[in-house]
Amino acid sequence: MSEVAVRRQIIGRAIPMPGNDIDTDRIIPARYLKSVTFEGLADHVFGDARLQDPEHPFNQRVYEGASILVVGLNFGCGSSREHAPEALKRWGIRGIVGGSFAEIFFGNCTALGIPCLTAEMADIDSLMRAIARQPSLPLVLDVERGEVRFGGRTIPARVPDGTRSQLVTGTWNATSVLLEAGEAIEQVAQRLPYVVGY
Amino acid sequence: MTATMGETLLDKVWRAHTVRTLPSGQTQLLIGLHLIHEVTSPQAFQMLREAGFRVRMPARTFATIDHIVPTVSQQRPFGDVLAEEMTVHLVRNCKEFGIPLFDLDSGRQGIVHVIGPELGLTQPGMTIACGDSHTSTHGAIGALAFGIGTSQVRDVLATQCLAMAKPKLRQIRVERALARGVFAKDVILTIIQRLGVKGGVGYAYEYAGPVIEGMSMEERLTVCNMSIEGGARAGYMNPDATTFEYLKGRPFAPQGAAFDRAVAWWQSMATDAGATFDDVVRLDGAAIQPVVTWGINPGQSVGVAGRIPDPAEAPGPERVTWREALAFMDFKVGQPIAGTSIDVAFIGSCTNARLSDLRAAAEVARGRKVAKGIRALVVPGSQAVAKAAEAEGLHEIFQEAGFEWRKAGCSMCLGMNEDKLQGREVCASSSNRNFIGRQGSPTGRTLLMSPAMVAAAAIAGAVADVRELLR
Repeated sequence: MSEVAVRRQIIGRAIPMPGNDIDTDRIIPARYLKSVTFEGLADHVFGDARLQDPEHPFNQRVYEGASILVVGLNFGCGSSREHAPEALKRWGIRGIVGGSFAEIFFGNCTALGIPCLTAEMADIDSLMRAIARQPSLPLVLDVERGEVRFGGRTIPARVPDGTRSQLVTGTWNATSVLLEAGEAIEQVAQRLPYVVGY
Repeated sequence: MTATMGETLLDKVWRAHTVRTLPSGQTQLLIGLHLIHEVTSPQAFQMLREAGFRVRMPARTFATIDHIVPTVSQQRPFGDVLAEEMTVHLVRNCKEFGIPLFDLDSGRQGIVHVIGPELGLTQPGMTIACGDSHTSTHGAIGALAFGIGTSQVRDVLATQCLAMAKPKLRQIRVERALARGVFAKDVILTIIQRLGVKGGVGYAYEYAGPVIEGMSMEERLTVCNMSIEGGARAGYMNPDATTFEYLKGRPFAPQGAAFDRAVAWWQSMATDAGATFDDVVRLDGAAIQPVVTWGINPGQSVGVAGRIPDPAEAPGPERVTWREALAFMDFKVGQPIAGTSIDVAFIGSCTNARLSDLRAAAEVARGRKVAKGIRALVVPGSQAVAKAAEAEGLHEIFQEAGFEWRKAGCSMCLGMNEDKLQGREVCASSSNRNFIGRQGSPTGRTLLMSPAMVAAAAIAGAVADVRELLR
């Protein structure tokens, strides 16, 4: 495991994205998926929504350079497109805290080393208000301790144990971990009737 | 768990595919069938190349092309250079890594979640993964099937495994029987309306009860397909006589004596009597109406005889989304959903583009005409579905009524090809998502419903109760 992969804390300014059930089509519309790479996605993050709403958080200069995204409930629902967290990452997002996350999106973020922390909505609302009052407010997403610190306040914000372990030990790139199983993989396959023939 | 308690299909399939417990506490789960397509795989193959990995089990990996294919003419090269480039990459990647590809000239191409079951690749007791959230579809055959992102596509290509936490299990029992004119689509939309779009987060869904047991395999596929719209990453039905009858004789299903041995194993993987669940939910199937969505997520729906609800009556956290939905859709509180004018009618997608879906829509369209000014298209889910539909003359019924009969692909479900809504158009759609911008226009509006209801809307030019046309 490499030290650069370790995700104990994310420190930075935040961008609030209010609303619930924000789907991955909204984060990155399907027409921007017509590519064999993830390059250029940063320009299209929330592409359609930004065109229609000049006040969209991702259009506001005060949030430029933010590295922490604050969201509501069920963020990232819908399509499994990893283009969504890739677009956010390429825009500059390093960590997310929200009321809850859709599962595939959560897994995709983890696979990119982007921690998604879950907090109570009352705490998320007050965090969003604090950021709106002071966009330069520094935040600490503490993955290891399971909390977010801002402006002298601390709110509980957790990651499930397994995911936290992957993030704080820098083992979120699952391929190398899975490969360590070696021939046990083939051995399990050879016990399955549909693999060896019924 | 004591020895006297029964096990669920989830327990059995999970255990049979467990390679080991990872240091993180997650399970290293073997994936028995990996399905890939052109949109979410190219970056994974590139990562594989950069890391110098081979594909661990190419014989357990199958590819097709579906999301970006044009549906008017599928002649290569495609007019859309980006779509052509993605196709070239998929063909090249499959060749380089030894993966079978159901290409456009194979007669077996189609939407990945249509062709898996149709070819008999999807079988009970399997673990299945695909870089597409609607992979939950395959659970209808009695498999555990998960939608994954591109990094996980890379993981499965390189290791044939996923790192996953075992989900909790909710059994959803649909009791009694459905009324005429009520379809599998109405059942799953009702379930999502009841439990919410995030109600299934952390769960797999086991669908059961007389309505589910009485469903054909194609109806079950429709139900499982939309598990993810309820937040559940996987959904399944226990394999039974309907499942075995469906699989018999399919190209990749076991044949002869092997089929009988397979049935014995498949039966052994079903949930035992007396198994327990983390949660059980019951719905009255007889009370389900033909459903239409009015909002911007698949949980925002109402019976066709119903009215647009008042956000003030929404559960707390839903209020904001309901208001946003009404503003985007331009609906007024209390307005009846029936009679809502449409511009486009789309019959297709991995939810509802199988032969029985097209038959149900054709029954409505037969001898009738699409209303003036309505753009109506039927996009079969696979080349095999198209061929079977044409053999029964369904394409002629549709064409005589004024529908366009297209070639197989994902099409207007997500508008990655030329099939898109324009501007503020309203689309009656048999697909699975009514998200803002989903059908290719940033401001386009989607009303989800069953294929028969889409046909009824196309003919009326507005949302209509299909039961009145079926009398």
